[in-house]
Amino acid sequence: MEKRGIGMGIEDSVPVKMVDFIINWARKNSLFPVTFGLACCALEMMVASSAEYDIARFGAEVFRPSPRQSDLMIVAGTLTKKMAPMVKRIYEQMPNPKWVIAFGACASSGGIFRSYSVVQGVDQIVPVDVYIPGCPPRPEALLTGLMELQKKIQKETIKDRPLITLPGKTA
Amino acid sequence: MSEQQELLKTLSDRFGQKISEAYLSFGEPVVKVGRDSLRDLISFLKNDPGLSFDMLVDLFGVDYPEAEPRFEIVYILRSTRNNKRVTIKTRTRQTGMDTVSDLFKAAEWLEREIYDMFGVQFVNHPDLRRIYTDDDFEGHPLRKDFPLQGRDYDKPFTVTLEEERSK
Repeated sequence: MEKRGIGMGIEDSVPVKMVDFIINWARKNSLFPVTFGLACCALEMMVASSAEYDIARFGAEVFRPSPRQSDLMIVAGTLTKKMAPMVKRIYEQMPNPKWVIAFGACASSGGIFRSYSVVQGVDQIVPVDVYIPGCPPRPEALLTGLMELQKKIQKETIKDRPLITLPGKTA
Repeated sequence: MSEQQELLKTLSDRFGQKISEAYLSFGEPVVKVGRDSLRDLISFLKNDPGLSFDMLVDLFGVDYPEAEPRFEIVYILRSTRNNKRVTIKTRTRQTGMDTVSDLFKAAEWLEREIYDMFGVQFVNHPDLRRIYTDDDFEGHPLRKDFPLQGRDYDKPFTVTLEEERSK
């Protein structure tokens, strides 16, 4: 792939990698999920944020009431075609950088609902980073998924996810 | 004579030939009526001071693809004052069914549901749109001739937001 950016290959240089490391470390340990649930999986997500399972240990306990203050969307539940425009709008309203977890069988693939009314996987309308199987998955599964997402974030570079995104531009 | 049988008798006396069938099913009264007299019957049940069926519990459709008229519309009314229930059944084609949303506000969405699922058009309904399926949906899912999983259910589904359309 052709190198972008300054064009001298400094993206691979040691200082940039150190900056990457620090930025990714900061990003992955303070994820802000958007308060948002579609079906029964949402209850497991809520339990994961309570004292028993304590998602706060991974720095993602503050479920923001507005997508504009969030950087993680946990799609928990069955996505119907009627609901799809709203979910896409929530995703578009989130500022960059942003990540998506498809939580549960229905969000990942449509699950048991092979039906005219259900979207067969949310990856058809928004890009998904981590898929969590289960019907519904236990809260531990969400924590595992979150840790996988953290590993994934740690591998990113600011080349792909810029620090600042100007309005109208996408990362 | 039980209270339920009395209700059936009251209705038979008043509407006579317009009621095609009146019977007890599991102890609850069921009345079958032509769709032209349906509104009269329901407004009588609602407004008669002795009966005062003031609540529309449910309103739904049934598809009999071989029958003519094809669709059966079922109304379940309840009197909160007398603690009684009555089921009213009527048959209709796809068009020309009268709305009861002016008598019962709850009927507004329930009739939209029937329109969505069976395609029955209600005359004088204030806002007859689909209610469960998305706006671009084609077909009426609860009809017997609708494929179980629907057409193209496994095709990629794309969403275009309004603000994206204008661009």
